[in-house]
Amino acid sequence: MSGMSLQQVSDKYFDVLKEIGNIGAGNAMTALSQMIQCKVDMRVPQVKLLDFSEVGSLMGGEEQIMVGVYLGVEGDINGSMMFLLGTESAKHLIGKLMMGMATEGEEFSEMELSAMMEIGNIITGAYLNSLSTLTNLKIYPTPPQLTVDMASAILSVPAVEFGIFEDKLLLIQSQFFDEVEIDGYFILIPDLESYEKILTSLGISVDL
Amino acid sequence: MGEIIKVGMADLKTCISPNGLTTLGLGSCVGIALRDPIKKVGGMVHIMLPDSTAIRTERVNLAKFADTGIPELIRQMEQLGADKTRLTAKIAGGATMFASHNSNAIQVGPRNVEATIRILGELKIPILANDTGANYGRTVTFFPETGDYLIRAVGKGEKVI
Repeated sequence: MSGMSLQQVSDKYFDVLKEIGNIGAGNAMTALSQMIQCKVDMRVPQVKLLDFSEVGSLMGGEEQIMVGVYLGVEGDINGSMMFLLGTESAKHLIGKLMMGMATEGEEFSEMELSAMMEIGNIITGAYLNSLSTLTNLKIYPTPPQLTVDMASAILSVPAVEFGIFEDKLLLIQSQFFDEVEIDGYFILIPDLESYEKILTSLGISVDL
Repeated sequence: MGEIIKVGMADLKTCISPNGLTTLGLGSCVGIALRDPIKKVGGMVHIMLPDSTAIRTERVNLAKFADTGIPELIRQMEQLGADKTRLTAKIAGGATMFASHNSNAIQVGPRNVEATIRILGELKIPILANDTGANYGRTVTFFPETGDYLIRAVGKGEKVI
């Protein structure tokens, strides 16, 4: 492992990561709109390098109930990825997928969780696919895991993985619209070697 | 009624009664609350990882690791007049948020708990209560006046340990 830190990554290659995030999120939304068979518009994703302390407040407070889909990433790069979605947004998408059968509130039935898992699968799969195409690297997702809990508790998982190196978290916020506004967050957590691989394969030198 | 001081992720804070300490949404992290029952001095550290010695980094955030966070918390509590020999502990968190995943980082919850228990043992600080493990997040609030450790989880209500 080289001495490259996440801060250096962010200083030098923020735009690249932003572009990856943009394309990844764009692909994910296309896949999503095909799945729920309606048009989904999206805003330009925001790429943010946040201190741990700022992360919870971004999503409406540390205790905000969120749906988190988490999966491992293997192949030429190693790491993990997370997709987070507010419960209302999740219920909206589940409702679309299940033809209006979703319930109200923050409780999820088994069926709804299973539908959400499928949505997470599609979204993260499309995201990783575009990253793979862009970088020409082999990237395979492991089967996703899903949980519904407090934002901060869910985020502790990627935070720990980043936390091995840094006190910061690199996060891509992607807002999209259906009839309602939906806020989704992608967190790609490659290990530092994989960051370099991604950047190198995009033709960017990593001499620091 | 005192003020409730917020402890962030990889952060530590101390207080004197009637003030209290809280940390929101503990996942795989462990919230360690220490108390001197005579001086009513309390402290809380929100650790993320078990062991700092495995990590090579220049800037060390002591509160991030169990092995550095707990001694640092004690040091700061002593500055408020706490006596190390009187300290007692209550711990919460260390959940496995996503089950059955092979990644090393996923098993960090149980490892955080294990390291916490071991370090408190080495420092001869008795653990009076322990609400750790399982697969859900916890918000915790600690009151050094009574030593009550209030734990709230989604869909599980509140309890005091």
